[in-house]
Amino acid sequence: MKVKELVLNQYSGRVYKNRKDHIIEVEEGIDPVQPITANTRALPGIMTNRGCCYAGCKGVVLGPVKDVLTITHGPIGCGFYSWGTRRNKANVESGENFIQYCFSTDMQESDIVFGGEKKLRQAIDEAMSMFSPKGIFICSTCPVGLIGDDIHAVAAEAEEKYGITCVAFSCEGYKGVSQSGGHHIANNGLMRRVIGTGDKEINSKFKVNLLGEYNIGGDGWETERILKRIGYDVVSIFTGDGSFEDISNAHKADLNLVMCHRSINYIAEMMHTKYGTDWLKVNFIGIESTVQTLRDIAKFFDDPELYARTEEVIADELASIEEERAYYRTKLSGKTAALYVGGSRAHHYQSLLADFGVSTVLAGYEFAHRDDYEGRQVLDGLKEDADSKNIESITVEADPEKYRVFLTKERYEKLKNEIPLESYNGMIRDMKTGSYVVDDLNHFETEEFVRLLEPDIFFSGVKDKYVVQKAGVLSKQLHSYDYSGPYSGFNGSIIFARDLVMGLYTPAWNYVTPPWKNQSTLQAALAAGGEM
Amino acid sequence: MLNLTPKEIADRKALTINPCKTCQPVGALYCALGVHKCMPHSHGSQGCVSYHRTFLTRHFKEPAIASTSSFTEGASVFGGGSNLKTGMKNVFDIYNPDIIAVHTTCLSETIGDDVGSYIMDFDMPEGKLAVHTNTPSYVGSHVTGFYNMMSGFIKYLAESTGTKNGKVGIFPGFVNPGDIRELKRLAGLMEMPYIMFPDQSGVMDSPMTGNYEMYPKGGTTIEEITALGDAKHVLALGMFTSTEPANVLDRKCKVPYDVLPLPMGIEGTDELLMKMAQLSGTEIPQALEDERGQLVDVMLDAHFYHHGKKVAIFGDPDTVLGLTALVLEMGMIPKYVVTGTPGEGFEIKAKEMFAKFGMEGCKAKAAADLFDLHQWIKNESVDLLIGSSYGKQIAKAEEIPFVRAGFPVLDRYAHSYFPIVGYKGALRLVELITNALLDHFDRTCADEDVDVVL
Repeated sequence: MKVKELVLNQYSGRVYKNRKDHIIEVEEGIDPVQPITANTRALPGIMTNRGCCYAGCKGVVLGPVKDVLTITHGPIGCGFYSWGTRRNKANVESGENFIQYCFSTDMQESDIVFGGEKKLRQAIDEAMSMFSPKGIFICSTCPVGLIGDDIHAVAAEAEEKYGITCVAFSCEGYKGVSQSGGHHIANNGLMRRVIGTGDKEINSKFKVNLLGEYNIGGDGWETERILKRIGYDVVSIFTGDGSFEDISNAHKADLNLVMCHRSINYIAEMMHTKYGTDWLKVNFIGIESTVQTLRDIAKFFDDPELYARTEEVIADELASIEEERAYYRTKLSGKTAALYVGGSRAHHYQSLLADFGVSTVLAGYEFAHRDDYEGRQVLDGLKEDADSKNIESITVEADPEKYRVFLTKERYEKLKNEIPLESYNGMIRDMKTGSYVVDDLNHFETEEFVRLLEPDIFFSGVKDKYVVQKAGVLSKQLHSYDYSGPYSGFNGSIIFARDLVMGLYTPAWNYVTPPWKNQSTLQAALAAGGEM
Repeated sequence: MLNLTPKEIADRKALTINPCKTCQPVGALYCALGVHKCMPHSHGSQGCVSYHRTFLTRHFKEPAIASTSSFTEGASVFGGGSNLKTGMKNVFDIYNPDIIAVHTTCLSETIGDDVGSYIMDFDMPEGKLAVHTNTPSYVGSHVTGFYNMMSGFIKYLAESTGTKNGKVGIFPGFVNPGDIRELKRLAGLMEMPYIMFPDQSGVMDSPMTGNYEMYPKGGTTIEEITALGDAKHVLALGMFTSTEPANVLDRKCKVPYDVLPLPMGIEGTDELLMKMAQLSGTEIPQALEDERGQLVDVMLDAHFYHHGKKVAIFGDPDTVLGLTALVLEMGMIPKYVVTGTPGEGFEIKAKEMFAKFGMEGCKAKAAADLFDLHQWIKNESVDLLIGSSYGKQIAKAEEIPFVRAGFPVLDRYAHSYFPIVGYKGALRLVELITNALLDHFDRTCADEDVDVVL
């Protein structure tokens, strides 16, 4: 029996029916690729690893913005759990860094009964008098939506009273089916209220934004280092180490580089419509993919000096890691991996693993949509279900003053065929025949697939890390990198390989089975003249 | 680090900054993990349990299982009854626990879901059980959730047959598996038959064997919880954590109880052992007297590094009071003693302890946050900080030696295996505290002041 059936057959009828279309075995040469069910409700009781709308909005997208004071409006838990736990690093030379802080209205029973707007208003007053931030974000949690607090009205009042930007995000946890709805809500708010409001003069030649890079473990900094070396001006990063001012000036860039397709594609699309900014799907995870990405970006700008500089930097960077790359490849080649991560990571890391000869036997996303798996080609045919309709989708129009087009029509058409401009082909196309794709991989399926596929390494988050490790398989966190990193770009790839080699070869694995399990201690005692 | 925290203290009524507590459900989940073959179930949207499992996994570096009702917007409007029933059915089908322990969230509480009646209406598989408790996140803290879940188990399961079983129920409070193992060792040495409830040892400290067990061998069994109703007595450790469930058990099954402080430090442990001696009719053995003597010996040996040093302590109420007791016994000054968990009793109790040791100028505050504590420290600094991992920011900002104790400790390993209760736990804390102070001195002192001998 096929592995997929072996797993599914253990389910009851209803669960089987629900889960069977979330799991596919990649077949050879099918185009368009096999369809997968994604972005639908997780079954209650199934022990999903998914989080909620608030986690996607505040935890992922807004949290890393360092100089905006973000208030979680709700009981204490949600604010507490999203405080300093995503490893999105932020640095300030001067100015404010709120990343180390957690701000919450800590709603009490009386606030739930009588409404929490008054407390939120006062919390803003207190925040203003103590910190005078240039911006405040308000993120709501489940009960806020239920009791009907109008956080948008409170935000509008605050703007008028203090002359700051105050944006409210109605990201109650019950909205949507996963974190994904929260990403969308955060994108909408940033698009409506922040992007395009800046008026900084930027005169550099090759201006880019880096979208969907949250600077976990310093990934964004490594990517930025490479881009700057070549001569790009990184106007803003969404949102790792991001600042309000940078994001407000994002429309000044010529090109949006999209790392995480899931969490930020809304902004990329809307900026394309509103400001004419093209976007390019990039991948700075992996050596070969970084090289490819750098060449793609150079093509967009089509400048002779830039081409030359790109190749120069690539050659230099490759030379500097050559020796270590070859060494780690000898230690890792032939190993297999399974990946279950969030947005685009389950795709991105397959390139990095391939650089070291590690093949992927299973990959899945926690909260992706079908386009992340099958490519944006499926977008036109996608039907919105009730859960998706509950997440607001905003439409924008071309800005009469700020809209500008970088590429000529001819150049655009030509490039469309050469580089992933406004396009993403999804993860499945890059996967080998016979490998598995599993959407919303749950606890039961994790155990089963690990048992049946026997990967050497399992990449996931902390909730399932120790489940897999206890079963004797190396398990690495790809959300927090087990507190290491960066893993992006050229230097990051070596750190990644080093971490894997440590994990696979650490001596502790040899001690899992005690020696007396394989040899009789009784005999030893007899040989030494022990008494029976 | 924390550069935006001003020294000037302004009155705050609405804005909590850097909390020193979290919400009820995570406490309920941790409590339920201390029951053998139990699946904790969170009745709310799935983000809650995702956060809680993450938090507990990071503290213990162990899997923390729990399922969720995965509320959507529809369930939030029409009620979560069908989500709970589907969820429970799926949990029994797929994960096969003996019992499901349901706790609510601010979502299901706000819409007023009647979880008790949902469970009654559920078509329970043969031999399986479910219990529930209400854990609104907008009341109390994770400590409240912990004891509410205990009370939930007791209300559903504890039974009085009319014949006492001769056992003493031990409610260990919100502590680590290492503490629970120490309490069991003490009870064993005191020859006192007991039922430990809850008991996360053997669950959240399970060994590496190469096989993952969803339900490790530890945990209080359902039979044991039922048998609490026939216990001859209950020792409820930690007045802010264990009083309520002890009271619930007493009301339901007429089991008398004593509330004792968490046995941290000398007097706390003395009190527990003397109570155990009374209950078991056993003399306190020489082995324990020797342990006590060793602790006092080390405290005397090193007293000149402790005496008069100012300490700030934060965390859960009972743990903080236990730590306060110990540092007072060590001759230190518990300058600031704070908990995020609300409740007036905490401040009263702390002040009694200050008075007992003749301490003046020490502050205690409940419903406080770490921003309060940091501002106090900025105005008058301390020599040592003790608390959860979130203290590391303050410790770094103010260059204060820091000892991790309590919940959560997310950034260190193996801590949960070792006790901070009993004489052994106190000895470990004395070592941690002394080393933190001395390491700080050695790192920051002039070269000529580096002494190899002490």
